[in-house]
Amino acid sequence: MDAFILQILNGLDKGSAYALIALGLTLIFGTLGVVNFAHGALFMIGAFVAVTVQKLFQFSYIEIDETKKDFLGNPLKVEMPYLDHWFGTSVGEWMQDWSVPLSILAVIPFMFALGYILERGLIKHFYKRPHADQILVTFGLAIVIGELVKAFYGANPIQTPPPSAFLGTIDVGVMLGFDPNAIAYPTWRMVYFAFSVVIIASVFAFLRFTTFGMVVRAGMADRETVGLLGIDIDKRFTFMFGLAAAVAGMAGVMYAPILSPHYNIGMDFLVLSFVVVVVGGMGSLPGAVLAGFMLGILQSFASMNEVKAVFPGIDQIIIYLVAIIILLTRPRGLMGRKGVMEE
Amino acid sequence: MSKSNFTRRGVMKTGAVTSAGLMLPTYLRAENHTGFTNAPQGDTVKFGFNVPQTGPYAEEGLDELRAQELAVEHLNGIGDGGMLNTFSSKVLDGTGVLGKKVEFVTGDTQTKSDVARASAQSMIQKDGCIMITGGSSSGVAIAVQGLCQEAGVIFMAGLTHSNDTTGKDRKRNGFRHFFNAYMSAAALTPVLEKVYGTDRRAYHLTADYTWGWSQQESMAASTEAMGWETVQNVLTPVGAGDFSSYIAPVLNSGADILVLNHYGGDMVNSLTQAIQFGLKDKQVNGKNFEIVVPLYSELMAAGAGTNIQGVYGSMNWNWQLQDEGTAAFTKSFGEKYGFPPSGAAHSCYVQTLLYADAVTRAGSFNPCAVVEALEDFDFDGMGNGPTSYRGADHQCFKDVLVMKGAEAPTSVYDTLEIVEVTPRAQVEYDPEHPMFAGGTLGDCNPGA
Repeated sequence: MDAFILQILNGLDKGSAYALIALGLTLIFGTLGVVNFAHGALFMIGAFVAVTVQKLFQFSYIEIDETKKDFLGNPLKVEMPYLDHWFGTSVGEWMQDWSVPLSILAVIPFMFALGYILERGLIKHFYKRPHADQILVTFGLAIVIGELVKAFYGANPIQTPPPSAFLGTIDVGVMLGFDPNAIAYPTWRMVYFAFSVVIIASVFAFLRFTTFGMVVRAGMADRETVGLLGIDIDKRFTFMFGLAAAVAGMAGVMYAPILSPHYNIGMDFLVLSFVVVVVGGMGSLPGAVLAGFMLGILQSFASMNEVKAVFPGIDQIIIYLVAIIILLTRPRGLMGRKGVMEE
Repeated sequence: MSKSNFTRRGVMKTGAVTSAGLMLPTYLRAENHTGFTNAPQGDTVKFGFNVPQTGPYAEEGLDELRAQELAVEHLNGIGDGGMLNTFSSKVLDGTGVLGKKVEFVTGDTQTKSDVARASAQSMIQKDGCIMITGGSSSGVAIAVQGLCQEAGVIFMAGLTHSNDTTGKDRKRNGFRHFFNAYMSAAALTPVLEKVYGTDRRAYHLTADYTWGWSQQESMAASTEAMGWETVQNVLTPVGAGDFSSYIAPVLNSGADILVLNHYGGDMVNSLTQAIQFGLKDKQVNGKNFEIVVPLYSELMAAGAGTNIQGVYGSMNWNWQLQDEGTAAFTKSFGEKYGFPPSGAAHSCYVQTLLYADAVTRAGSFNPCAVVEALEDFDFDGMGNGPTSYRGADHQCFKDVLVMKGAEAPTSVYDTLEIVEVTPRAQVEYDPEHPMFAGGTLGDCNPGA
């Protein structure tokens, strides 16, 4: 039973990342009709915002320690962070420790602006082109962004730890009446799950309970009619592209302590997230979230030794298997609108 | 009524492709004026440095490339000479190889076997390379070694740690300086016995490809022989990223040791996530839970940060060794690039010099003469103490390093500390040991 609950927690945690990325993809597809293969790259950029903030907070001046030697036998150059120098050691160390959560403050405006610029500068030229053209250009963009990040940060994963207050595990088992330490789950992963729930709820609330959101939803349903009412729907859709980029960026920042950022991290998630979107139903926001969590949990269960003993290698194909079954039996996806992807 | 699918254009296309396919082996084996593939003409000779410049092992590949470029400089008499000053063989004098200036071309393997083969093939056919070296994966090394054997050029393997490279997939034209999975296990196990005892239960997470299988088999055999029990071995996909669903079952498996048969980014992620799951803080069977990483590299250690503290593993070479060869190479490399070389860089540097030395001693670039010069060649001064290239399987034998994640590193370059230098005799094995059996070197192929 404890192994079962652990895998549910794992699935929710994996599913959080899938759902957040799929949510952004669906927002873009639902509003602009663009299949954005660069969305994984936006997630990756978010993760590297966390890396950049961490590096900025660790930006140092050099002091020579004559008592120690470097690898060439020269006096050791010791790095002293400017933050410690400017604000005192306690504040400086606190900021470095909390660099990941603090990165959220930077990532929202940065990613929103980047999304806005991308949409206006590149994506809008492909609205009336076939989906294949959109995929090619956005996929090419993702490769360019990945290589640029590699040129600056190298190819190796970069450690981006969470605040020390969130290191270690939470004894979930005790809360559920199990023996102590039977089900211990990493604290930061629980934080990530809670964070994703808040973000998803906020996006839904924004679309549901604001006038802006209502207009966007109307535009998603019937763009032309909304335009005929004198509403500049294009501007609102550009805003939604920025919002989707910001959601991907936030997802990336908070995921950085779970999976050390590297230049290809976006590609790792992209394909899976597209499967999530298709399974959930192209253009359906609730579908993307539902499918994200569902596939995350299924993938976790498929990784269990007991399951793999019966179906070897099932962990690597389960998501695609489910996608095939759903597309065969319900081509519009779990919550897709009737007619979409069915012709 | 039947309709023929043949068209004039189709027949011509098919014919051309078939002819090209049939001619390829002939081309690869074509006897030129000197009787072997790509005999150097004029006053230059060309080496092919086939390393991952993109993909998951790009950092390692780029470090290999730096070392290979440094080796070429030293062979051509540029710089301080590095290990040429400490190498026991004294035939290389900084005037190139057999009087020919060394040039090189580079290729990107992307750590994909098919891409690496295509890159090596281009180097041989288009660029006229006489020798191929480099690489950061056993799958790639085995694929490229096979190609070099067919093409009649020498392959001096880079970072490849699977037993198969000089085991069931050994080839006469291929040579490996790097140690292997068996040697890692043989060096590591006595140290693990000393620090963790003989009554342990180990859970293995293993990268699902030739190196991972080889490493797991070696570690399991070695640790079981000293009394450990292998609770479970779980194969994980390469590049899985999030290993949490593989780590979670470890918690309640009854194991008190986790052996991570992972390398590169996978190792950084699996180790980090194992620490996040609190494995190192756990007590199981009345003992502290421990993690072991059989194969280390400096670049991985830097990526894993503080998570690596106190974790044992093994290495082929490390810049912190105190011998003259290591000091000379570290100085040359450090002054040129500003940081110490990795183990992969060291192996590629040494391989390049060893090839040049063998050519010079043989007095010929003919691959078969080079093979003869390298087989059972004993040397010293290259950073690993007295070393031999065993003729029976083309595996280098030398001391192996047991490493531990440093508790208080002074920089990202000394995150690992040397715990023990395991003597070569302790890691030697019979060429037909079951883990290496099933392969034959075959005949040398000069390409003629």
